[in-house]
Amino acid sequence: MSTVVSSALAEQLHELGDFDAEACMNCGVCSATCPLGIDLLPRRLFRYAVLGMGRRVHQQGEAIFACLLCRSCEENCPAGVHITENVRLLRRWLLTNPEEGH
Amino acid sequence: MALATKDVVGILSDNLRMRGSVLPISARRATRWASDLHLPRGGRTVLYTGMMYQLIPYVEQLNRLQARVAGSRLSRYVGAARVANRAVRGFGMTLVARPSADQRAELDRVPANVARLLRAAGVDFGYLYEDDFYSGALAYDLGSDEVVAGHARRVAAIFAKHGVQEVITIDPHTTTMLRSVFPKFVDSYDVQVRSYLEVLADRPEHGRTADRPAQGEVVVHDSCVYARYEDVIEAPRQLLATAGVTVREPEQSRKLTWCCGGPAESLYPEKAAAVATQRVEQLRAVAPDCVTMCPICLVNLRKSANGRLSVRDISEYLVAPLPS
Repeated sequence: MSTVVSSALAEQLHELGDFDAEACMNCGVCSATCPLGIDLLPRRLFRYAVLGMGRRVHQQGEAIFACLLCRSCEENCPAGVHITENVRLLRRWLLTNPEEGH
Repeated sequence: MALATKDVVGILSDNLRMRGSVLPISARRATRWASDLHLPRGGRTVLYTGMMYQLIPYVEQLNRLQARVAGSRLSRYVGAARVANRAVRGFGMTLVARPSADQRAELDRVPANVARLLRAAGVDFGYLYEDDFYSGALAYDLGSDEVVAGHARRVAAIFAKHGVQEVITIDPHTTTMLRSVFPKFVDSYDVQVRSYLEVLADRPEHGRTADRPAQGEVVVHDSCVYARYEDVIEAPRQLLATAGVTVREPEQSRKLTWCCGGPAESLYPEKAAAVATQRVEQLRAVAPDCVTMCPICLVNLRKSANGRLSVRDISEYLVAPLPS
């Protein structure tokens, strides 16, 4: 896979607020405990953001806005990531950075 | 995305910016619950409803409409609705079927119950009437921080104008906005914010009646926001016990409570409905009567239960032992 890693997206998210998805160690507890059962949220989503894959983040708009912000994942997260705040900041980013052609 | 998310967020944000509420209901409608209570205007301590219980019947109707609009040919007109909504007060509401009088009366009774409970406990408080604005919770959840920042400053200025130092809230969403979010947006925000459940639990010597008839068994459903955002967990249990209610715990409770299906105003109602159904099954397995402490939990669980589980607000149980 020829993914170009870029910190540009993460930097934009840091400017929007206290984005701390880099602390995620990808263990999967969040996805396992999500009441919505969204496999994507939040760990893969955070990986897209940290790797600078803005287009992938846009493609996941429905999952990002479907999250109930119930914090069940956060309560169980062994790395103490502020998952719901990260999801909220991704919403802010989506609303302020519309994808071209949409 | 199934709906024009950006346009829906835009409509709600426009309303908050221009009208102080995500859905424009009249000040008369929002303050009607207090009409017979003769509460003083303003004061050092105020009961702040954030209009949540008053708004929820309307939000639920909007949600039902949205479920029909999503995926239909109507969805392409959501963007146009935003333009019209900016110009015409209440345009969004003209699309919305009116909630039933029974449902409005039940939800209006909650702030009135809380006022009675606070009085019985000897708390001295006022009310801001038409200055009691929505907290901006939905706009914040959706990421419209600029709009929320302006709104937070507006509410803080109202507190300053009325000399408010202590705010007593009724629902978890208003509690977390005023207590944990507003300080991020307002410099030198110095208002103590507590839920009425916390205020009453701190005054166990007040509000007790000598003769407390047993109210039976109920299963308690913790609000995600109270339990995980604001650590309001023991107070409701303590108060229910004092009111003669036997509290039963469901499979997931306290910090690990299971979401009710989320905001009634969810942008994706189908997904949220599945979560609500799962929660109803967990609750039904323990007791036929369920107590909630958030208007969103109340309407979500009740709608999902469809008569298979009785769902009532905690304030209804707490006022029962008070002399009428």
